[in-house]
Amino acid sequence: MRYVGKKLAAMIITLLCISFLVYLAFDLIPGDAALAALGTDATPESLAALREQLGLNRPFMERYLEWLVHFVSGDFGTSYKYHMPVADMIVSKLPITVIMAVISFFIMVVISLPIGIYTAKHSGKRIDRIIVALNQIVMSVPHFFMGILITYFLGLILKLFTPGGFVSYQTDFWGFLAYIVFPCFAIALPKIAMSVKLLRSSCIEEARKDYVRTAYSKGNNTNKVLYRHVLRNAMIPVITLWGMTLADMLVGSIVIEQVFNIPGIGRILLTSISYRDYPVVEAIIVLIAFVVIGTNFIVDVIYQLVDPRISVQS
Amino acid sequence: MKRKKIYSPNFIIGLAITATMLLLILIGFIHTPYDITKMNSATKLAAPSLQHLMGCDNFGRDIFSRVLKGMGNTFVIAAATVSIGSVCGVIVGAFTGYFGGWIDEVLMRINDVVFAFPSILLALVFVSIFGTGKYNVIGALGIAFIPSFARIVRGEFIKYREMDYVKSAKLAGVPQLRIIFVHILPNTMPVLLSSIMIGFNNAVLAEAGMSYLGIGVQPPSASLGSMLSESQTYLFSAPWYALFPGLMIILMVLGLSLIADRGR
Repeated sequence: MRYVGKKLAAMIITLLCISFLVYLAFDLIPGDAALAALGTDATPESLAALREQLGLNRPFMERYLEWLVHFVSGDFGTSYKYHMPVADMIVSKLPITVIMAVISFFIMVVISLPIGIYTAKHSGKRIDRIIVALNQIVMSVPHFFMGILITYFLGLILKLFTPGGFVSYQTDFWGFLAYIVFPCFAIALPKIAMSVKLLRSSCIEEARKDYVRTAYSKGNNTNKVLYRHVLRNAMIPVITLWGMTLADMLVGSIVIEQVFNIPGIGRILLTSISYRDYPVVEAIIVLIAFVVIGTNFIVDVIYQLVDPRISVQS
Repeated sequence: MKRKKIYSPNFIIGLAITATMLLLILIGFIHTPYDITKMNSATKLAAPSLQHLMGCDNFGRDIFSRVLKGMGNTFVIAAATVSIGSVCGVIVGAFTGYFGGWIDEVLMRINDVVFAFPSILLALVFVSIFGTGKYNVIGALGIAFIPSFARIVRGEFIKYREMDYVKSAKLAGVPQLRIIFVHILPNTMPVLLSSIMIGFNNAVLAEAGMSYLGIGVQPPSASLGSMLSESQTYLFSAPWYALFPGLMIILMVLGLSLIADRGR
């Protein structure tokens, strides 16, 4: 419990630091909400009046704290460009990004686990060498190029889906899922290669240890030793990797959304950057950072449940 | 006695791929077969041929020449990024690991904050504040890469600072800075080198991702990422336009990761 408390405190401090730094960074940019509302040909008097009205003249810390309180309670500010609350702009898009990350994660776990165990069991044989070589190549493919390859081979040649034919989850949930599976594979494939590689080497390393010999000498067969003894220990580094990839997948989907023409969080973020719509950029970046750090915290807690030694060490 | 085999076939393949890529980049710096900005409506989306090894893009520009230049850009950005990341990371890691104490605590907390922040997001913050372009990408990725190097170097320094040879150097009155950089740092090289290679690969992938999103190297300069993003419109009629830039990214990354694997 003390371990969880410590991690929780560290997480909250990190969140505060990040929100502070991002707010500070966007505060230093020339141009503010008053200028954005009135345009460049506004008179200095009207600008000053609006700044007074919006409270932009108050000290930095006061504004930051107010912004933070609003942010935590779900008010992310107002878009310069669309003059609507940022929360309304992203609330319907957030599920797309989150569902994509979750499906990608699921695909990664379901595929990499059996392949990793299989190659570890048959290490040194020809099939193992083929998988290892294939792994090395897949790991080198950037996920957006993987997306382009999937679009070409599965979309245009095999016609398994229509590239660009995204449907919103609100209109047709199953159609949405049928489309979203392909970008998810593009996100998951390089991660599958990574976890297969790690699981294989971790299994092989564990299998050399003394307790494995003891387990065999007690009359267990290979499968029993593998599933009851080796795998439990071999999974620990793999779980760490998975924890890190979940955050990667959330961020990676920003890029993949562009490949598959999906109007998610990434699309809003990129257009807002090009329009210099700072409140939107600020809100999305802090939000993603919060989700990533929150995920890391959950992974730390799960990790400690799997391996009790960790809480003793720290 | 049988001689121990030092180089695995993977290592040789990696070396060969990396050498070829470096050679191509070098050629690209000196000379390209065609001017990379010259448009030609006669060769619009031409298929690969002896005149145009990788075909032509939607403006009739030679893809091979653009790939050479783009690889050069990617290489320069990745090398600069890794240099910033590793030099700053080594300094931070060495001092925190060697001295410990409150500097260590403070710097490592800052490190954790930067580390927790996904590098592509940091790059996006950078770009939205300072604008797009080559140097902003280098700055953003360089900062994002410091924490991982600092962590690795710090771990190594903690391991070495308690060793007898360091203690005897201290007793002999060797200045602290000399112990750090002359006595300990060379020992961290094997670990540092392999993380530099992995870092370089990550930088290549990050740069390609950013220019794919249109926030990296700006046109008319060539970059592999922006070529890929442009090629998507012509994916059906000219698949080679997407294939070659993508292939080059894969080969750059694959070559170095095969070499780096040997270090572990």
